[in-house]
Amino acid sequence: MNAEPMVRASGVRKSFGRTEVLKGVDLDVARGEVCCLLGPSGSGKSTLLRCVNHLEKVDAGRIWVDGELVGYRQSGRTLHELSEREIGRQRADIGMVFQRFNLFPHMTAVENVMYAQCTVRREPRAKARERAEELLARVGLAEKAGSYPATLSGGQQQRVAIARALAMQPKLMLFDEPTSALDPELVGEVLDTMRALAADGMTMIVVTHEIGFAREVADSVLFLDGGVIVERGAPKAVLVAPEHPRTRAFLEKVL
Amino acid sequence: MPSQVAGLSTAEADGDDLVVVARRSPLRAMGMVVVVALAALLVYTLVTNPRFEWAVVARYFTAEAVFEGVLLTLQLTALAMIGGIVLGVILAVMRLSKSVLLSRCAWTYIWFFRGTPLMIQLIFWFNLSALFPGTGVNALITPYVAALLGLTLNEAAYLAEIVRGGLLGVDRGQTEAAQALGIGRGRILLGVVLPQAMRVIVPPTANQTVAMLKNTSLVSVLGVADLLHSAQIIYSRTFQTIPLLIVASLWYLVITTVLGVGQHYVEKYYGRGSDPLAGQEAA
Repeated sequence: MNAEPMVRASGVRKSFGRTEVLKGVDLDVARGEVCCLLGPSGSGKSTLLRCVNHLEKVDAGRIWVDGELVGYRQSGRTLHELSEREIGRQRADIGMVFQRFNLFPHMTAVENVMYAQCTVRREPRAKARERAEELLARVGLAEKAGSYPATLSGGQQQRVAIARALAMQPKLMLFDEPTSALDPELVGEVLDTMRALAADGMTMIVVTHEIGFAREVADSVLFLDGGVIVERGAPKAVLVAPEHPRTRAFLEKVL
Repeated sequence: MPSQVAGLSTAEADGDDLVVVARRSPLRAMGMVVVVALAALLVYTLVTNPRFEWAVVARYFTAEAVFEGVLLTLQLTALAMIGGIVLGVILAVMRLSKSVLLSRCAWTYIWFFRGTPLMIQLIFWFNLSALFPGTGVNALITPYVAALLGLTLNEAAYLAEIVRGGLLGVDRGQTEAAQALGIGRGRILLGVVLPQAMRVIVPPTANQTVAMLKNTSLVSVLGVADLLHSAQIIYSRTFQTIPLLIVASLWYLVITTVLGVGQHYVEKYYGRGSDPLAGQEAA
């Protein structure tokens, strides 16, 4: 196995206006690792995730995915921002799943999964459809291929969204609170899908409030607060015997 | 069904054949009488007043000159709307662009073309050669070209704002999801954002089309023989003013009715996926 980490972040800073949301974050995620980001709202965990595929531009620091600098080209001491097309090429290899699913409402489930294959990868439609149907079957929604998102439950929509991201055969999957917008009884089906994905060896960074999922599936847990990583380690250590008082306080509240 | 009412008392069982009488509204009945009476009066006048000259209306309704006017009006409306939509989408995207240059240019365009009367714009284009005498402009700007140019450029300004409103109404998460998949900017606009914005864009655009249909009558000042102008040419000769205005009005009504039907289908198409029932049909 390649020893180089799949994701490396160093000294990442990001401000919105005068509020500094990330105050110098370092991160290593190995290949095949499932890394859960925990922390109170406003701690910067979603922003950190969005920096990894350049949906947010970092103000300082650098992020590499699979050894490639994200969003910039470095020459000497300067970073040149990449063109839209080059950033798009980088993003195509990084799957992302959003809190509010963000399926394209004017396309059926199978069209959602096909769309980027056809436009970005320029796959022929028949081949893209075949793969899309395969992926929908994999997330247990083969019979919903022709349904529009509005007719699906939240859990089903999120599983279609996962299939849509997987269609690009990403090296890395980012999950931004994938179960936070779901009714409690629908959380399980999405977590099961993610669990299966982790078991297949996908590298995943998951922003979540599902402590149970983190404990069971994560290889490493990072606790963010106030824009810095307060504590990191194996889930057993961080979740069961947290060292930092802020981690302890947070876990007491959510458990 | 006797078996179901077996356990009920006779009073409750009797309820099965009670008759429901809707509440009567005396005001509604009176209103109905008044409206029917007025309508009858109108029909009576239309039929018995010989000055409507229905025979003349019937004769000119399909007259060649009127027919040519209808075709020209339709042509101007269609071309000006198509041009206006294309230019309007471009202007809307420019206004929403991060580039200050582009957004200011679009803003200025909209400010100017919405801020001056269409009539002046039409006459201005018609007289463009006065600004550049001796160049080829005079030959290029025929009355028809001036009419089309004026209508299109003016319409684009209004449509730009309609399209911009539609684009702003689409959730940002849609763009982000498409970006995260690596889809390019142009594709996101045309394949993801615009189709969703269309739901909001279509109704006011249909409105604009109906308005445009009638605004084309302004081109009569340039001597272009549209529907109204064709009617005017005839009645200035025959003095049958009212019948010919009726002919023109009937044609405008026919065309707007057809447009309304078209709007229904366009809205249905762009509403796919947002109406749960429509989605089930597809599944």
